[in-house]
Amino acid sequence: MITLHWLYGLAGLMFAAFALLSAFDRANTKRLGNATFWGLMALSLLGGDMIGDFGNGLLVLGLAGLAGFGFIGRSHPPTTSEEERQGWSDRLGNKLFLPALIIPATALIGTLAYNYTPLGSFGLIEAKRETYVFLGLGVLLALAAIFAWLRPPAVAPLQEGRRLIDAIGWAAVLPQMLASLGVLFAAAGVGDAIGSLTRMVIPEGSVFLTVAVFGIGMAVFTMVMGNAFAAFPVMAAAIGVPLLIQGYDGDPAVVGAIGMLAGFCGTLMTPMAANFNLVPAALLELKDQYGVIRAQVATALPLLFVNILLIYWLAFR
Amino acid sequence: MINYWPLIGIALVVIGFALRMNPMLVVTASAIATGLIAGMDWHEVISTFGKAFNDNRIIAIVWIVLPVIGLLERFGLQQRAAAVIRGLRTATAGRLLILYLIYRQITAAIGLHSTAGHPQTVRPLVAPMALAAAEKQHGELTEDEAEKVKAFSAATDNVGLFFGEDIFFAIGSIVLIQQILSTYGYNLAPLHLALWAIPTAIFAFLIHSARLLIFDRKLGRRDQ
Repeated sequence: MITLHWLYGLAGLMFAAFALLSAFDRANTKRLGNATFWGLMALSLLGGDMIGDFGNGLLVLGLAGLAGFGFIGRSHPPTTSEEERQGWSDRLGNKLFLPALIIPATALIGTLAYNYTPLGSFGLIEAKRETYVFLGLGVLLALAAIFAWLRPPAVAPLQEGRRLIDAIGWAAVLPQMLASLGVLFAAAGVGDAIGSLTRMVIPEGSVFLTVAVFGIGMAVFTMVMGNAFAAFPVMAAAIGVPLLIQGYDGDPAVVGAIGMLAGFCGTLMTPMAANFNLVPAALLELKDQYGVIRAQVATALPLLFVNILLIYWLAFR
Repeated sequence: MINYWPLIGIALVVIGFALRMNPMLVVTASAIATGLIAGMDWHEVISTFGKAFNDNRIIAIVWIVLPVIGLLERFGLQQRAAAVIRGLRTATAGRLLILYLIYRQITAAIGLHSTAGHPQTVRPLVAPMALAAAEKQHGELTEDEAEKVKAFSAATDNVGLFFGEDIFFAIGSIVLIQQILSTYGYNLAPLHLALWAIPTAIFAFLIHSARLLIFDRKLGRRDQ
């Protein structure tokens, strides 16, 4: 059976190659820092199950130290110039989109075929992970197609990949760090503390204000945790179930579904949701690391207000 | 009696982000402080943090698309995306992003949320297309305006994803809602929950599209 570990292996080999190429990149004054950083990522992906929990912990401290104290820098691997790219674009025309579409198309068709044809019944792929597996397959197919068509130098995909990963830098690892922080928050009882604080501000007897505190609480706690999944159990236990559903007889499906979406409005407004907000800022090479959040606030706030109104109207019909 | 001390970890994160300290250090410091406050010893804190990191490796998988994206950029994909947009008469940055918003909401709503995203589609295609549309309409953009166009491209991907994916009943968040509510004795079908994600999806589309159209006009206003 194809499991996620195959993909960890693929990603791990890629990071190992980034580390090697970094080590020999004499143009980058911080080449050893970059090599160690991506090397640790390769070790995590390839050998994370063998080095024990404490070993993984030391690995994470190493990543944080290298990133936090400025040991990694932007590299400039060999690539084509702006003029050359314009030339290729004119020469190749719209056919250039075809290899770009191989990845989404493989993921899309693969997922659909696996779920809606007998293909899935053979159990070839780890359950619920088929989209990731087809994403990986799409990457390999796209690489094969580009090599067959354009014949780039053999090392080009790794150098071009390293160009992009170095442009993103440590932001590429931050989402995984934040997910781990969430685990420690949960273990320390942060949820209970927030829930009890929220209950203190609930006004007695007003359905609308209780809904408002529930919705705003979902958004704010999501901003703190970076993830609506962490906020939902806490807010459901503090307000959603005891007050809105049991106390005021609200529809549990509406309170649950739209409450979660109120939390998603918080996700749009927090740097803690790094993979949605900080990573794209790095990926698009924005000067303001909070630029994406700034563009989202004016959508998130009115939508949060709408969500509160929707719960109030739809749950208490 | 509720213990409020663990909130110090949150305070550290908020202060660290506000002061724009390196997030990797902020997160690590907060994790260690939170663990120690919760009564773990050093060895236990580091082990817990390491185990959580290892359990979340799935997050790193998406980077395997980078060699393909980089290779296509080498052969002028961004320039090609811009050229296509320049050939369209009525394209504006806002209208183009509205089309992408629709695409993203619909594909997410049928469970295909992992098929697009910031590395896969926004950097190589959506952002260069939006930039080209804005430039075609308004001439050369200032650096500030180009930043805004790119930021809106990323924002549109997020809005489309967040307010599309919950319509798909087999997504993590719907499963989570269903599980939590069932512990209180409310047994709801995932499909029933997913239906209630539709009103918000419609409002998200209306609000964000309106903002994109206003953004178009703002870009245009400086022409006069």
